[in-house]
Amino acid sequence: MNPPANEPAIEVHDLTVAYHTQPVLWDVDLELPPGRLIAIVGPNGAGKSTLLKAILGLVKPITGWVKIFGQPYAKRRSWVGYVPQRESVDWDFPTSALDVVTMGLYGRIGWFRRPSKKHRELARESLVKVGMEDYAERQISQLSGGQQQRVFLARALAQDARLYLMDEPFAGVDATTERAILTLLQELKDAGRTVVAVHHDLQTVSDYFDHVVLLNMRLVANGPVAETFNAENLQRTYGGKLTVLTQAAETLLADRRPAASGDH
Amino acid sequence: MDPLSFTARNVLAGATILGVTGGVLGCFALLRRQSLLGDALAHAALPGVCLGFLISGSKSPIPLFLGAMAAGLVGALFIVAAVRWSRVKEDSAIGIVLSVFFGVGIVMLTYIQRLPGGNQSGLDKYLFGQAAALVPEDVQLMAILSTIVLVLVALAWKELKVLAFDRDFGASLGLPMRRAEILLTLLLVTVVVVGLQTVGVVLIVATLITPAAAARQWTERLGVMVALSAGIGAAAGIAGAMTSASVPRLPTGPAIVVAASAVLVVSLLLAPQRGLVWAWLRERRVTGRIRRENLLKDLYRIGEDRGDWGRFVSAPQLMGVRGVSAPRLATSAGRLSSQALIERRGDDLRLTPEGLDRAAGVVRKHRLWELYLTRRLELPSDHVHRPAEAMEHALDATAVAELERLLGNPTHDPHGRPIPGGSKPGVASKPGVASKPGDAANGGPQPVPDDVDREVRP
Repeated sequence: MNPPANEPAIEVHDLTVAYHTQPVLWDVDLELPPGRLIAIVGPNGAGKSTLLKAILGLVKPITGWVKIFGQPYAKRRSWVGYVPQRESVDWDFPTSALDVVTMGLYGRIGWFRRPSKKHRELARESLVKVGMEDYAERQISQLSGGQQQRVFLARALAQDARLYLMDEPFAGVDATTERAILTLLQELKDAGRTVVAVHHDLQTVSDYFDHVVLLNMRLVANGPVAETFNAENLQRTYGGKLTVLTQAAETLLADRRPAASGDH
Repeated sequence: MDPLSFTARNVLAGATILGVTGGVLGCFALLRRQSLLGDALAHAALPGVCLGFLISGSKSPIPLFLGAMAAGLVGALFIVAAVRWSRVKEDSAIGIVLSVFFGVGIVMLTYIQRLPGGNQSGLDKYLFGQAAALVPEDVQLMAILSTIVLVLVALAWKELKVLAFDRDFGASLGLPMRRAEILLTLLLVTVVVVGLQTVGVVLIVATLITPAAAARQWTERLGVMVALSAGIGAAAGIAGAMTSASVPRLPTGPAIVVAASAVLVVSLLLAPQRGLVWAWLRERRVTGRIRRENLLKDLYRIGEDRGDWGRFVSAPQLMGVRGVSAPRLATSAGRLSSQALIERRGDDLRLTPEGLDRAAGVVRKHRLWELYLTRRLELPSDHVHRPAEAMEHALDATAVAELERLLGNPTHDPHGRPIPGGSKPGVASKPGVASKPGDAANGGPQPVPDDVDREVRP
């Protein structure tokens, strides 16, 4: 079951995604190597989260396909762990930290079955890995932002995946959490896992990651941080809006959707 | 006890079944923020009931239930389709379906009642419900449908839970989130249909949402919340149905809603963690403490300006410092005086030695914080008073010690005023309290050198 060493962890081909008539990702080709810590970097609205969701099959692309270790996502689901943005859920949900982490195991518990004691133990071990074991029974709204982020990471760890997709794991966390995440990323890398994380802080890209994807609706650059993360590529990523591309895409999509054309 | 009458037994059974099922499903609707969807589905069921009656020509429950269910599902499909394929947003789609279907239903209902024998159809009870009209056949059908609903919820428990908490994550695990969504909608429609005769289309949403909202106040566990909600729903159902059965012409729906709402109000006010009463009391305690600390501090500063803490300060002067009303001042003063921190002579006040100590502590926090802001955040000294007014009530001993350490045990604030009550007792910066009260003119602390900007204080 081990993936061949040279097989890309993620292969994306000709991926185009739009929300209504707004293009978000345009013709993205991407191969990401296994066993690396990979940052996805780009300005707001560059389609970073959308790229993760398209890889996970959560948004439907207009064109293109995605392969995880050489297979479609549906066949590799158990190899992939997902850490959504912390703000994407309602933390006032009536549940405990341990319970949220147990959700990471729901995929392998099977339909109509309840989590067993063994699953709860696994979840507890994941909480230990992020230093949150003391908060297992705590209601999740009573956790700080950083603690909530660590609960989300623990939930993904419980999946015991080969590839982790994380949406802004460092956003708005305290120093303790930041250190905890960094240690975790290093451990995952040492264990041969691949991590792809949307990252906002350009200052820390070269410290935290060894591979970077620069994205602004289309792929700008993709490679080892040392070679790729330079001023020229950043300028190409952040400098200027892609007006022509946006307009062309909107026209094209509007043509496909006659019902909506009255707005243009 | 007399054996329950035939009607009362039906009413009780029907109301309990509906309360439990509505309470369980309502939790998921509430947590998914789909409360209004239930309302739309209920209103959408009305034309279905009418259609069922017109087609079958009878008011036997099964055609009416089927009609209601079909119409509810069509309403749900309309909402989904409108959101997916048009630019109509979900809230508008729900509003449109609710009003259009209900309007059509009322038109059909009016038509039916004008038909020969239509008056006897009893369809108008579907508006507000009439539990007393339930026959055993109805209750049986309700019981069967509810059992199916509850079994499905139990089987799909973890799928429904993930759906409500984090749909995308569930989908990334490969859990059938779309099917769970469809299931939940189907179950909601079923509950609505189950409750039509008892509560009616207009108010049935209350049997879903009100018990769930009340239960949420008492617990932080989904399982407990669902169980509690079922219990509250059943209790409200029984109370409402019994009331309506014993009061002539009182429809059951409103009676159940009133009973459930009473539980909700009590829960909102009194639930241990979330109750508004406790929050209000906590707030009041804090406000009271802040007012008292401010009074101590004001007495301290007036004494500091005078160079004498022994003389009494008049109430009007104290009220003038921060615009405190006379009753508020009296309340704070009464409490402080009972703690022997101040002494009262008529309306005039002064600090006792213990009070002076306590007041110095507050002023110390204030001035340390001001100094911290000017040194560490490099704020100009005329920007630091207001934040310090808040922090002086919030800093605890650990934070104060940390501030002292960071600032190197300072002696003066950014305005040049001394910081009283240093960590080592007896040092010069601690205000002297050697004097017995009443002997202040001789023994009071030394006047503060008046070399500071008097506009910015303290």
